[in-house]
Amino acid sequence: MLDCTPKGPVDTHKTGTINPIKTCQPLGAMYAALGIHGCLPHSHGSQGCCAYHRMALTRHFRDPAMASSSSFTEGASVFGGAGNLKTSIKNVFAIYNPDIIAVHTTCLSETIGDDLPTIIKQSEIPEGKYVIHANTPSYHGSHITGFSNMCKGIVSYLAESDGNPKKEQLNIFPGFVNPGDMREVQRIVTEMGIPSIMYPDTTDVMDSPLLKTYEMYPSGGAKIEDIRDSGNSKLTLALGAWSSAEAAAILQDKCGVPGVPLKLPIGVKATDALIMAVKDGFGVDVPASLEIERGQVIDTMIDTHFHYQGKTVAVFGDPDLVIALTEFLITLGMIPKYVITGTNGKNFEKIINEMLEEAGIEGSKVKAEGDLFDLHEWIKEESVDLLMGNSHGKYIARAEDIPLVRVGFPISDRAVHPLMPVTGYRGCLRLIEMISNTLLDRRDRDAADEDYELVL
Amino acid sequence: MTVTDLNVDDMMTPYPNKVLKNRKKHIVAKTDGAASCPQIEANTRTVPGIISQRGCCYAGCKGVVVGPIKDMITITHGPIGCGYYSWGTRRNKARADDRTPPEHIFSAMCFSTDMQESDIVFGGEKKLAKMIDEVVEIFHPRAINICSTCPIGLIGDDLGAVSKAAEEKHGIPIIHYNCEGYKGVSQSAGHHIANNQIMEKMVGTGTDGPAGDRVINILGEYNIGGDGWEIERILEDIGYTVNSILTGDSAYANIKNLHSANLNLVQCHRSINYIAEMMETKYGIPWLKVNFIGVEATIATLRDVAQCFGDEDLIAQTEVVIERELAAITPELERYRSICKGKTAFTFVGGSRSHHYQYLLKDLGMEVVVAGYEFAHRDDYEGRDVIPTIKSDADSKNIPELHLEADPDMYEEPNLHLNMSKEKYDELVEAGHFATYDGMYPDMVDGGVMIDDPNHYETEELIEIFHPDLIFSGIRDKYISHKMGVPSKQLHSYDYSGPYAGFRGSIIFAKDVANALSTPAWQMITPPWDKTETEGGD
Repeated sequence: MLDCTPKGPVDTHKTGTINPIKTCQPLGAMYAALGIHGCLPHSHGSQGCCAYHRMALTRHFRDPAMASSSSFTEGASVFGGAGNLKTSIKNVFAIYNPDIIAVHTTCLSETIGDDLPTIIKQSEIPEGKYVIHANTPSYHGSHITGFSNMCKGIVSYLAESDGNPKKEQLNIFPGFVNPGDMREVQRIVTEMGIPSIMYPDTTDVMDSPLLKTYEMYPSGGAKIEDIRDSGNSKLTLALGAWSSAEAAAILQDKCGVPGVPLKLPIGVKATDALIMAVKDGFGVDVPASLEIERGQVIDTMIDTHFHYQGKTVAVFGDPDLVIALTEFLITLGMIPKYVITGTNGKNFEKIINEMLEEAGIEGSKVKAEGDLFDLHEWIKEESVDLLMGNSHGKYIARAEDIPLVRVGFPISDRAVHPLMPVTGYRGCLRLIEMISNTLLDRRDRDAADEDYELVL
Repeated sequence: MTVTDLNVDDMMTPYPNKVLKNRKKHIVAKTDGAASCPQIEANTRTVPGIISQRGCCYAGCKGVVVGPIKDMITITHGPIGCGYYSWGTRRNKARADDRTPPEHIFSAMCFSTDMQESDIVFGGEKKLAKMIDEVVEIFHPRAINICSTCPIGLIGDDLGAVSKAAEEKHGIPIIHYNCEGYKGVSQSAGHHIANNQIMEKMVGTGTDGPAGDRVINILGEYNIGGDGWEIERILEDIGYTVNSILTGDSAYANIKNLHSANLNLVQCHRSINYIAEMMETKYGIPWLKVNFIGVEATIATLRDVAQCFGDEDLIAQTEVVIERELAAITPELERYRSICKGKTAFTFVGGSRSHHYQYLLKDLGMEVVVAGYEFAHRDDYEGRDVIPTIKSDADSKNIPELHLEADPDMYEEPNLHLNMSKEKYDELVEAGHFATYDGMYPDMVDGGVMIDDPNHYETEELIEIFHPDLIFSGIRDKYISHKMGVPSKQLHSYDYSGPYAGFRGSIIFAKDVANALSTPAWQMITPPWDKTETEGGD
């Protein structure tokens, strides 16, 4: 496995990407759009993009990811795609009857320079229906940038302020996470007694139940009227700087709702920060139930620390996830030796390095805009005890005989993960379970007969 | 429900007039077992806005045909997405062998120039050239493929020039494919572009192909779940030498010797008939349409292949192998057949598999009532006889045709390839043995429906109308039919099972189908508190 990669250190790989830790913007935009109730995402470009994005999302979530395409052929590519988009909008409303179409561009329509706002204005949109858009050129950023851009589009088109004093309600921009994570964050906020509006919200959309009737627009997703009303909220929590901060900033500018940037609530510290932000923002007490949950996590950390403390770990994936996860791994006493993401953004390395420095961890390698080829080369120089990241890491895991804990996107070779949170205190327990048990499985596998023990 | 009750206009009520007019032509019903197939519209543009299952030209070229070549590095020239999505997502199993050691296998890797905004503005040629330099230095591949994506065609990067310069610099073949996603109307355009380049740049350049009288290539077999290996096992047991599979588990080292075969077998007609035809023109190698999916189909194919060589020992050995294999699988197949018998299915797949699997399902006592292709041409439904009557349109004219002539040094009459007299060969040709394909229509059941470029809306309607017991499709449809209470198996990826080809494959398929039909959860959908007293289960 990966025998073709070089044996010694390589400094030749500088151009392009080998085994990427990112994909293109439209995938993220499609995922964000699926988090609006009654929305059909629409890919403005040739149909292969739409097919690919639906495939990637469906494989991760094991649920339908519906979307339509402008189906460009050569003619549209030369003469512009306005006709294709107008025809698409007409056909989509007639045949699939969504409440809203969320159009995103592809590198094709971006390169020919289709002017989406103008085309949308010239289109026939039935009364009471919406068409929104986001520019998502694939040659800039990653799927996380695309998610962020669609979130910005949702705010720009839909959020409104009626100018009255703000309501005692909270907006949550959850970041590019699984429905299970979104549900967990909603539960925590509900537990604190605060009404909230989350968008995008893919709960009950990308983890919908099997009830023997297929609904093209499942019951979940943020309702348009709630998104509109988010302009009247008292506070916005933007979870994950890469995926949510810009949308929160736009909402602040447009409707005067203050936005608080937070990490994704993965790990004890980041979950604490979420709870403190709600407490401070609304002047409520933290309920005993959450304190108990937190205490259970701390208890578990004490009980299990010897399984993982001092072990080295390589973390790869999307920046918001990797930042929060790295913080948690440090609090577990683990050593994040290699931390790498594919999405650009100069703050990534700074944030991680500060965390490592504060924890007194030296000799780690950190890279934004890296790839799995880079990570593999580092590992060949000096290995780690554990890999944490998406399914693409399994090839390195096998080549170098390192256990892999799957977290992030995409996870295409394991099941149930979209429903199971890694956020909140419950997410902490799940991560500790996965990390501990993976390392214990490895210990059992490697143990000599005389060292194979019943109690660990 | 039979198709006589199917009113296409009723089914398509929400369609705007233009869409209805367009889509009606893509649906053909077989009503009275007529020998000839009514004309079906195929290989034309998808209606914008329709949720089609089609992909793009790049997906056909890189994803299907050239990506699986295990000892070549394939660089996707473009932004990151296209390379990413076609990375490890089609199951082209590949392994090391005598010619290709593990350090020459690149199939688990993804290479992309990862174009950024400045590359789009200033052009990506320099970046591509630099990446080629780097991968040659790091990986030392035997040859490199360069596949272009949508923006490359728009900004006008000259891949031919970059490839030529790099080829001279590094001394290895660097083959480029102008397979921008918007070309043509589906993946099919990409197959054609890939076929042309493989034929022009690879085939015929090798001098170390296997010697013998029974050397064959298996064209259009992608080794999903190891199908190619099962086919190879059977053929080698009979006494054939498999030169190369194209392109499942294939190597550049073998493809360049494709011309040293005595016979070409064509499994997926749609993706690869171009190469079969071109090799016949250039080298005189005859080709035979085969199908290794299904027990009876495999047996018929093996007998057909043996007839091609007309050698009595070979014909006898074929029967020995058939008998041995049948004895090994029959009891188990019968067991699964008892679960599957009488059930109905839909098959929706890209290329020939919607047809091929009808044979295997027949073996299990199942009937395909609706079958569709994502990217077929008319001949895949109606048979090759219609090819001369197919008018080329603007979209097909954009795909270059490669016009080849007989190679002055390497051409040999087809009968000589098969060690056969001209008379005997002509007899076989007369009997319709070589270079023919009747398409899917003759194998459809009476009352069955063929649907070209099936889309989401129509699929949902057809499920409501026909209530099939099982749907074979791709990942994007799979969970939709699950939500409707209809089991679904992926025929693109086999749900990560397989092989499904040949004798042993048929058992694995039968088990998977039986499990899909009988998994206990289907009986548990309605919760007990929602069940009326008269209702037993689902």
